[in-house]
Amino acid sequence: MNLHEYQGKQLFAKFGLPVSKNKVITSAEDAINACRDIGGTKWVIKAQVHAGGRGKAGGVKLINTPEEAVDFSNHWLGKRLVTYQTDAQGQLVNSILIEECTDIAQELYLSAVVDRGTQRIVFIGSSEGGVNIEEVAENTPEKIIYEPIDPLTGPMPFQARKISKILGLNPEQSKEFSKMLPQLTDLFVTHDLTLLEINPLVITQGGKLHCLDAKINIDTNAIYRQPEIQEMHDPSQEDPRESEAAMHDLSYVSLEGNIGCMVNGAGLAMGTMDTIKYFGGAPANFLDVGGTATQERVSKAFKIILADPEVKVVLVNIFGGIVRCDLIAEGILAAIEDVGVSIPVVVRLEGNNADIGSTILAESGAEIVSLNNLEDAAIKAVELSK
Amino acid sequence: MSILVNKDTRLLVQGFTGSQATLHSEQSIEYGTNIVGGVTPGKGGQTHLGAPVFNSVHDAMEAVQPNASIIFVPAPFCKDSILEAADAGIKLIICITEGVPTLDMLIVKKRIDELGIQLIGPNCPGVITPGEAKLGIMPGSIHMAGSVGIISRSGTLTYEAVKQTTDLGLGQSTCVGIGGDPIPGTSFIDALKLFEADEQTKAIVMVGEIGGTAEEEAAEYIRDHVTKPVISYIAGQTAPAGKRMGHAGAIIAGGKGTAADKIKKLKECGVHIAENLLQIGAKAKEVLG
Repeated sequence: MNLHEYQGKQLFAKFGLPVSKNKVITSAEDAINACRDIGGTKWVIKAQVHAGGRGKAGGVKLINTPEEAVDFSNHWLGKRLVTYQTDAQGQLVNSILIEECTDIAQELYLSAVVDRGTQRIVFIGSSEGGVNIEEVAENTPEKIIYEPIDPLTGPMPFQARKISKILGLNPEQSKEFSKMLPQLTDLFVTHDLTLLEINPLVITQGGKLHCLDAKINIDTNAIYRQPEIQEMHDPSQEDPRESEAAMHDLSYVSLEGNIGCMVNGAGLAMGTMDTIKYFGGAPANFLDVGGTATQERVSKAFKIILADPEVKVVLVNIFGGIVRCDLIAEGILAAIEDVGVSIPVVVRLEGNNADIGSTILAESGAEIVSLNNLEDAAIKAVELSK
Repeated sequence: MSILVNKDTRLLVQGFTGSQATLHSEQSIEYGTNIVGGVTPGKGGQTHLGAPVFNSVHDAMEAVQPNASIIFVPAPFCKDSILEAADAGIKLIICITEGVPTLDMLIVKKRIDELGIQLIGPNCPGVITPGEAKLGIMPGSIHMAGSVGIISRSGTLTYEAVKQTTDLGLGQSTCVGIGGDPIPGTSFIDALKLFEADEQTKAIVMVGEIGGTAEEEAAEYIRDHVTKPVISYIAGQTAPAGKRMGHAGAIIAGGKGTAADKIKKLKECGVHIAENLLQIGAKAKEVLG
């Protein structure tokens, strides 16, 4: 799960990390008071969406009067911001962050991730901030440090000094960073993060370290034990069909094609999409209906798939493991009737009692093509999608 | 021979009396697996599916000496259950449960590595040695004893590979589902090492998917240490970047972990690639001649 920048900064502040004085507004009326409360004569105003590249898209602005904050808010609130990281529809702006302006001397990069290779939380630091870190890694790998944290010891001061050296910090800043590193680790572990990125971490004109941006991802598996984070969930930033699916415990990702896919198991679901592509078709979605493809789950899955107007045919691919295919077939028929599916459905059943399942589908009189072999089923679905 | 499990496996089921554990334990017993007992705290002294229930793994250890354990407890309790089994001295632990927090696994993995324990999963279908023992949730009927070792990050995709190798008469030595999480207890490399040393295994099928670099690391290991032919299929060639595809570990992040990169690396290291999931069995047959 992703957080907004302002939510990330709330967490930063809670763990003692240096962030700018700021206010979040959801209505343009509050813009003037927000600027006055913050004080000063210059502010940075930022549209809050779950995507990077906001600056280039006009979603971040330096302003000199509170009235400009009103104009900016009137312009963006309720609109969608399209950046190079969003799709063509963009992301809805429903909150705006106003911050005191920071005088920047230098921009650095700092992040922490759960690294699958070392199986540790790893801090990544670079003297090159404000830019795409993948490019720095590609072109000037010597400017990046990867520092794994041992779960037994936590971050040690010598590790902070190692990172400081690559960041190019002076002794005073290095001391500051030695305080920050345990705070960041504490935040990471306390709230079950999978990613924490500060790009840029800046050195101010006054020589202080300062977190200018905050990108945070939370481990979905751990949300159950993060009540504070649950409150921060903003469904408006997610594809409504994906949120709907998640509510019903189904994994769904929408894609560009026109062949709806319903599969049991994530790996097989990806494999089915690939097979469709292999035979010249285009999958409309990824959908894992789960190990027990019951009528209830299949009905919900059909509803979600059919909410996509591009879908011309649905390919159902179920490898019945423990659950018998005849029961799955009955579930599929009931779901088709329940949902009122009016486009062709191609079903491939494999596993226990697959033959009986196929016979049930074939004799149902519904508009179903039942095939036992995935190759035939994929070819048929592609043909029907053209 | 085979790897990890066989007819001498004495299995303990943690979370024994729950509905999923009950369903799958019944199937495992029917397959011939020797379930020597189960654990459900507070229900010790009862009998379930003909086997004794214990309050703790330690009690079970004393009474029935299991040498493997399978875990069905809910995700929030898996860390405790795995470490309990480890503490009691069980050397093979299989965690079926999906949804274990990643940071829990960082701690668990460090500990089991220190103790030299083989953990399979979490979020996996388990391990089966056809004709001998089934420790997991896979359908036993599609398996057949034979010469192909199968390692996979995905459940139902493994079943496809199994079905194809059975239909072609090759059969399987052992099938290991290592699971779809970012921090798996057992890696592809751990399983490759075991299959390389196993006489019954003549070829290895490795089913991977997008996300992480486990397949790339395995490719290098295969190039340097595996003499048996390896066939690989990678799922997610059509998956978009930045989206979690069901499995917690199946995500292309920061341009890393694409199917194309993995396939390229595997090919460079001499691994036979099944371009499509339909060709896994045929490719194995072709390679084995």
